[in-house]
Amino acid sequence: MEQTTIRFTLNDRPITHAAMPYRTLLEVLRDDLGLTGSKEGCGTGDCGACTLLLDGKPVTSCLVLAAEADGRKVTTVEGLAKDGKLTPVQVAFIRYGGLQCGICTSGFIVAAHALLESNKTPSEADVRAAIGGNLCRCTGYDKIVRAILAAAYDEGELVDESASMPVMEKPLFTEGPM
Amino acid sequence: MHKFAYYAPQTVKEAARILSKNGPNSKLLAGGTDLLVQIKEHVKGPAPDYVVSVKNIRELHDVKFSARAGLTIGAGATISETLATKGVQEHFPAIADGTAIIGSLQIQNIATIGGNLCNAAPSADSAPPLIAYGATALIAGPRATRTVALEDFFTGPGKTVLKPGELLVSIHVPTPPARSGCQYVRHTPRAQMDIAMVGVASFITLDRKGRVADARIVLGAVAPTPIRARQAEDSLRGQEPTADALRAAGDIAAREESPIGDVRGSAGYRRYMTSVLVQRTAQAALKQAMR
Repeated sequence: MEQTTIRFTLNDRPITHAAMPYRTLLEVLRDDLGLTGSKEGCGTGDCGACTLLLDGKPVTSCLVLAAEADGRKVTTVEGLAKDGKLTPVQVAFIRYGGLQCGICTSGFIVAAHALLESNKTPSEADVRAAIGGNLCRCTGYDKIVRAILAAAYDEGELVDESASMPVMEKPLFTEGPM
Repeated sequence: MHKFAYYAPQTVKEAARILSKNGPNSKLLAGGTDLLVQIKEHVKGPAPDYVVSVKNIRELHDVKFSARAGLTIGAGATISETLATKGVQEHFPAIADGTAIIGSLQIQNIATIGGNLCNAAPSADSAPPLIAYGATALIAGPRATRTVALEDFFTGPGKTVLKPGELLVSIHVPTPPARSGCQYVRHTPRAQMDIAMVGVASFITLDRKGRVADARIVLGAVAPTPIRARQAEDSLRGQEPTADALRAAGDIAAREESPIGDVRGSAGYRRYMTSVLVQRTAQAALKQAMR
């Protein structure tokens, strides 16, 4: 069986890679290209740990053949921060405690990033819908939702990741339980 | 994963030729969200040795709508692409009802409506609304094309009228006439990432006097394929759509199905919920029709 040659843009860099046609994009990124930020959870598209952006849209990369990425633009969690500077979503996850074990985190961050690219003023319901395909088994969802809303309505305090922890004075939630 | 060879032909004809040459040993790959899970988990028969991707077949990715010509969804168009097409949400709200709940956003960005139909799960959420709108399927083989009504497309769980070497090219949906409405509702224990226990689509067209001119009621997940509840539809035609008439139609529909009982719900509960959902979706369709 022959390898197929795949040419795609990976985190803004053009790349040419040969891989067997039955390997997933997730496997190729993790095992061949050393990008282990995307995780394999279920391997069947249910948990969202392998979420990355394909042409700017979040997809479960465990269900995408590497060959299918030919000619397309792939952005992984490693490609979100620019010049070593974390994005507001990433800083917010740290500051608001949106993670514990970390397996689900890159998937949530990529999904949240995609939401905020298309919707600058999401409601809590929008946030919960956008992460409906991501499962977390330790932190729970409230801190994650809080972090994403904080990133959306950030007025500069999430730019500096060394700043002090946020004081939660104003309520972030306008709807739903808290 | 099982090892397979991969083809990405440029045309429908070439795809049909590869499929017919390799017979049941080959599978068409659209989004892959069902196929790759089946290959990884060894379900639905032996894994294919040849996988034929539709990725480079440009005509399969088109979604077109005009009020006169209706809606044509290329079999390789993703759910997200379909939902983003102008006119879909406005003229075909039940297609949005049925597809915006398939998997997660991540899945909708790769999965296709064509794949949802060809996978032929009795619970496929895109099927009842499309059948209710009177959709037809355009099928291509190595030598000829043919068109079948979508309600005749399914022959059993995981089975369709597609013969070896044939592939689904597109789904065509006529624009509903004036005074029409359609809604799809599925019943699941969870709001997201779940499979229908019962799914019902009701399409209703009213005449000028407010009586039911036409009704199509389609039930999913309660028989080996999606089915029309024809007796329930007949009971409504020519009638005033009163709450009593809808209740009667719901009860008739529940007797037309042959549900299984499984981990998602008993057969009896499915029948009961069918009756409830026929009434609810018909009410919503009426509301749209009277706008």
